[in-house]
Amino acid sequence: MAKTDISTKFNPLLGETELDLLSKLCNSVSVSGDEQEVRAIVLEELHEFAAVTKVDAMGNVLVRREGTGTDRVRVMIAAHMDEVGFMIVNDEGDGIFEFRVIGGVDPRQLVGKPVSIGREHIPGVIGAKAIHLTTPEERQQVLKVDQLRIDIGTGSGGKVKVGDRGTFATKLVVLGPSIRSKALDDRLGVFNLIQLVKHAPENVDLLAAFTVQEELGLRGARTAAFAFDPEIGIAMDSTPANDLPHYDGLENTSPNTRLGNGPAIYVMDRGTIGDQRLIRWLVASAEADAIPWQFRQPGLGGTDAGEIHKTRAGVPSVSVSVPQRYLHSAAGLIRIEDELNTLKLIHTALTRLDRTILNPQEKM
Amino acid sequence: MAKQNSLWTILQTLVETPGPSGSEHVIREKVKAEIQGHVDELYTDALGNLIARKGSLKEGGKRIMISAHIDEIGLMVTYVDDNGFARFMPIGGINPLTCLGGRVVFMNGTQGVIGMERLDKGEFPELPKYFIDTGATAKADSKVGVGDVCGFERPLLDLGKRIVAKSMDDRVAAAITVEALKEVKPGVNEIYFVFSVQEEVGIRGAVTAAYGVDPEVGLAVDVTRTGDTPLGVKMEVSLGNGPAIKVRDSSFIADPRVVRWMVNEAKTQEIPYQLEVLEAGGTDGAAIQRARAGVPAGCLSIPCRYIHSPSEMVDRDDVLNSVRLLVGLLGKPVSLG
Repeated sequence: MAKTDISTKFNPLLGETELDLLSKLCNSVSVSGDEQEVRAIVLEELHEFAAVTKVDAMGNVLVRREGTGTDRVRVMIAAHMDEVGFMIVNDEGDGIFEFRVIGGVDPRQLVGKPVSIGREHIPGVIGAKAIHLTTPEERQQVLKVDQLRIDIGTGSGGKVKVGDRGTFATKLVVLGPSIRSKALDDRLGVFNLIQLVKHAPENVDLLAAFTVQEELGLRGARTAAFAFDPEIGIAMDSTPANDLPHYDGLENTSPNTRLGNGPAIYVMDRGTIGDQRLIRWLVASAEADAIPWQFRQPGLGGTDAGEIHKTRAGVPSVSVSVPQRYLHSAAGLIRIEDELNTLKLIHTALTRLDRTILNPQEKM
Repeated sequence: MAKQNSLWTILQTLVETPGPSGSEHVIREKVKAEIQGHVDELYTDALGNLIARKGSLKEGGKRIMISAHIDEIGLMVTYVDDNGFARFMPIGGINPLTCLGGRVVFMNGTQGVIGMERLDKGEFPELPKYFIDTGATAKADSKVGVGDVCGFERPLLDLGKRIVAKSMDDRVAAAITVEALKEVKPGVNEIYFVFSVQEEVGIRGAVTAAYGVDPEVGLAVDVTRTGDTPLGVKMEVSLGNGPAIKVRDSSFIADPRVVRWMVNEAKTQEIPYQLEVLEAGGTDGAAIQRARAGVPAGCLSIPCRYIHSPSEMVDRDDVLNSVRLLVGLLGKPVSLG
């Protein structure tokens, strides 16, 4: 039996221990297809659940935390361990490397950024011609990825190889009520899922999936969901907050989400139409505990729920995200209260969950 | 038993019921009311597919899945501005040219009309230029909010031999499937009639339905485009020339054995038919074909003009012949030789 208490009340905090863990997760280099660094942290954090933990063929970490109540609903919660980044594709000598992006990285975000390459976090920089030498016309152009190089200054001693992955080299910092970091998408989810496993409500079977290759098209979640065969699926992720006022004074009609307004509940994205029963359950749970919440504006983008809900004979699914400014860049920004409220919402919702929620959809 | 409704009454009920993808709860009840008492088993699966079984597997028979989707294209609110205008995104393939002046009805009963920002000369009206006006005078008295769903509102129009409605895609197939379900005597076959959800957003319901049903052969029933309108697409399908037997579309290649089975049945019954090659479009057949370890699958298509507009047109004879073909196919041992 695990040491950690199975709890019905859980008040998440971001104390020193938690912040250390979140920093470690965010500062890792864990680009899609090579998630070993985050996987190692997850396995270490959850070592007391080793007996119910497995790493599947894709590299997903699957933790089966069974409750103690009767007639427990099997709930799969997914958070992805991978992040967007780069892959070295050609060694041109003298510390200069050609690379490609992995996942959705805006080429305009690349120039001038320090990067970390490979398992040893070899430092480098994505450089470009200095402004002194560029023409006004050149400064109007967006440099394409294949025009750019990663320069490690030959500090590696041959440790950077073709196929290595890298990320922006930004480290997590706390900015008053906010956190600035790379890879908050989806290390916040990973962090939250670790907390949920440690503080799992007794009334459900928590099927925790720390997934791989989400950024390349929800690949890990697909096999994880098949293995778990859950009755309900929840993806915990991070979603853009494009909530700054319009520069021209027009009403901002497409913020997606807003910082400080609480967990973002999904109604529809490119991959999933949220199950209406689950959306109502989350909203009711938030209202009952006076947790702020917002609907993410229906739109594009996607989460692991896009694969989970189509698994086997179907899994009612929904997504909840922490709103984040500047997603998929070297420095995203979140409010700590949004992060904690997201964790609080999922936990309290789970404690309220029973099978009647899965009653026929006629009651919608 | 409930009063028997005619095929045309059922069709009118179905096309005039809102049910965009993900919000199929009302249309599902209408279908359920129609088929209750005619089936051996009836249930709704985890994603909301309505699944009806008729018959039990006997020596020489097959487990057959028929799938007609009950969702339709629609709109979802993304933002209500300070003045009460609702911005929206499409649910499924919405052509912006069919939106202006359209009327919509939300699942909560609220109605509205679609308006548009001023365009520059020659500008193509993309969807972000449009908004729904529900008559609200400000955000505070808007009866709809982010995430609310609406369908287009348009009554059925009877033009004699041809009939017109929004959501003929795919309610005409649902009506045909209901009628076939009532008429067919399954004999040795075990037939699962699936009224599937979320087809318009990427063939999702049929994926899980096919996994659950685990059929030995499957057919989608859906509409297909025609090539018979002035300067339209080049396509060998015309309204009124009979049910179309799909050879391929952009989502799957129909199993040639299934195509042959359908063609032979049409010939035996002397039902006019057309072979269909659809260059753009997909159906539940793709999901059935790739379920589990694979399933021979095809599609019975109803020729339809002006698909994904508020005025989709079908031919009455095509509808009746589709019922006959389906009943014939399902009522005897399946030959995929």
